[in-house]
Amino acid sequence: MSNYFSKVFGSSPVEPIQNHMEICFQASKKLVALFEHAMAGEWDRVAESREEIVELEREADDLKKQIRAQLSRSLFMPVPRRDLLDLLLVQDRIANFARDVSGLVIGRKMEIPASMQDDFLSYVVRNVDAAKAARKSIRELDELYATGFQGAEAELVISLVEELDRVENDTDAMQVRVRNELFSIEKELPPIDVMFLYRVIELVGEIGDMAERIGRRLELLIAR
Amino acid sequence: MDSVFIYIALAALFGLFMAWGIGANDVANAMATSIGSRAITVKQAILIAAVFEFAGAVLAGGEVTSTIRKGIVDASSLSAEPEVFIYGMLAALLAAGVWLLVASWKGWPVSTTHSIVGAIVGFAVVGIGVDAVAWGKVGGIVASWVASPLIAGILAFLLFNSVQWLILSQPDPLAKAKRYVPFYIFLAGFTMSLVTVFKGLKHLDLELTTAQSYLLAFGIGLVLAIIGKVVINRIEPNRKAEKRNHFFTVERVFAVLMVVTACGMAFAHGSNDVANAIGPVAAVISVAQEGIIGQDSPVSIWILLLGGVGIVVGLATYGVRVIATVGKKITHLTPSRGFAAELAAASTIVVASSTGIPISTTHTLVGAVLGVGMARGISAIDLVVVRRIFLSWVVTIPVGALLSILFFFILRAIFS
Repeated sequence: MSNYFSKVFGSSPVEPIQNHMEICFQASKKLVALFEHAMAGEWDRVAESREEIVELEREADDLKKQIRAQLSRSLFMPVPRRDLLDLLLVQDRIANFARDVSGLVIGRKMEIPASMQDDFLSYVVRNVDAAKAARKSIRELDELYATGFQGAEAELVISLVEELDRVENDTDAMQVRVRNELFSIEKELPPIDVMFLYRVIELVGEIGDMAERIGRRLELLIAR
Repeated sequence: MDSVFIYIALAALFGLFMAWGIGANDVANAMATSIGSRAITVKQAILIAAVFEFAGAVLAGGEVTSTIRKGIVDASSLSAEPEVFIYGMLAALLAAGVWLLVASWKGWPVSTTHSIVGAIVGFAVVGIGVDAVAWGKVGGIVASWVASPLIAGILAFLLFNSVQWLILSQPDPLAKAKRYVPFYIFLAGFTMSLVTVFKGLKHLDLELTTAQSYLLAFGIGLVLAIIGKVVINRIEPNRKAEKRNHFFTVERVFAVLMVVTACGMAFAHGSNDVANAIGPVAAVISVAQEGIIGQDSPVSIWILLLGGVGIVVGLATYGVRVIATVGKKITHLTPSRGFAAELAAASTIVVASSTGIPISTTHTLVGAVLGVGMARGISAIDLVVVRRIFLSWVVTIPVGALLSILFFFILRAIFS
């Protein structure tokens, strides 16, 4: 025997979306260790980090599909379904970029030139910070739902997003610096390695960009 | 007169069967929002349901019972052969009861109200004639089936918006909740008791003037609000739980309010739905005893008691399990939402009960839930299910009617 009344309430996508963000952040966070190992030349441990990132990315992907399937067109929600799906996609790309970066590093046994290692690592850390700030805002999603996307809680999230933007601005500035450092020494390095170094710098920066876009998505949810 | 005894016994049996069905199944919907929001436990829900369903049936169930009993069928042309009326009412009861049993077994969204009204109209058209149906009244009832979810939805929308504005969007929601929730408790207590005092106490031979009624309702609301305030003041913030959810303690304040609205919901359900089971019983008994159709004596209280007992027995034997399952499935509904839906639905239903209009409790509640959803209160509502529930009466009425016609002919063949 089944009861029809309880079926009126679709299952909430909020908690799954928060879990998804958590996984994507964890994947990006592993990049710090991965680069540290790479700089130390410990390729076994780089491979371990790579495995962990791939595993997390897969987990995020599964969860993404599950949430998508759950968000059927017949649901009536306080926010447009499209916006939630977009948010989910942006979150997912954080894990994707983390996986791509890790793949490049291990695939090319990439060596970061000693002169730029410190700045490069801080650049990675700052991008991961951006993802962390995005996670912090997404952690407020349930409270946003609780308040109907308005009032004090909405203001709190707006301030978290502003903080996230500040971190992302840092990453942009740092990216310029790391690129310049590479530019100044690129003639001394094998050209193909340099190409891929530029590529990795770009991909790491994408993590910060995606984090920023999560902030934009949250602002949109609140603005409606 | 042997046949009189048989008629009454059958009517009481079928009526009990249907009341049992309502208690076993329908009550779960009325209580589900309270359990789903964790405001009360399943055990408390069952206790509340037992007490307030019974109270609602006995105190405020009279008007709808008389509508079902003599408002739908104009049987004055039948004075010569009152048996036809008796067969018809028995058939209607049996039809609605069987249909509900099948539907709840299959999990179809079927309303007791729609079943019984369809069944009575069905036998009246075939057994007596098209003119025997008080079409004006039936039209009004059908219109109320559209209006009641709408009204409850609007009420719930306004209620939840006021909660957002006064409490949830404020910088210190806990302090605001502690201040304003007692007012909502007052509102719930006042509305429920006012309608009951106006209409219900007739059966207890208590006549109050309008001023006295208002005063009494005001007093009941006030007492409830004060008790609520005392309980609320004892609630201490749970710092650990609030780390994860700032509204943890706020919702606990709303949970106090929800205990009151859960009582209101059970009361409202008892006041409206018990009539579906005992209205026909009352009709059969008065005709069988006195041979007169459509006379004006009020519904005797023992019939209301019968309905109340039936519901409670249904609740105890089977409803307990249904309530537990339904409650478990409704997660993500917090007390601040659940109360708005329940108060809106219960108020709408009680007003309908007091004017004698049989409406669907579940439809009204679904309308109220949608209202909270419109106010951005619920994270996801499945509109396909909602549509299916609202469209169900389109099927229920003809099925109830056909079944009742079938049983009508069978009963007439047996008895004559």
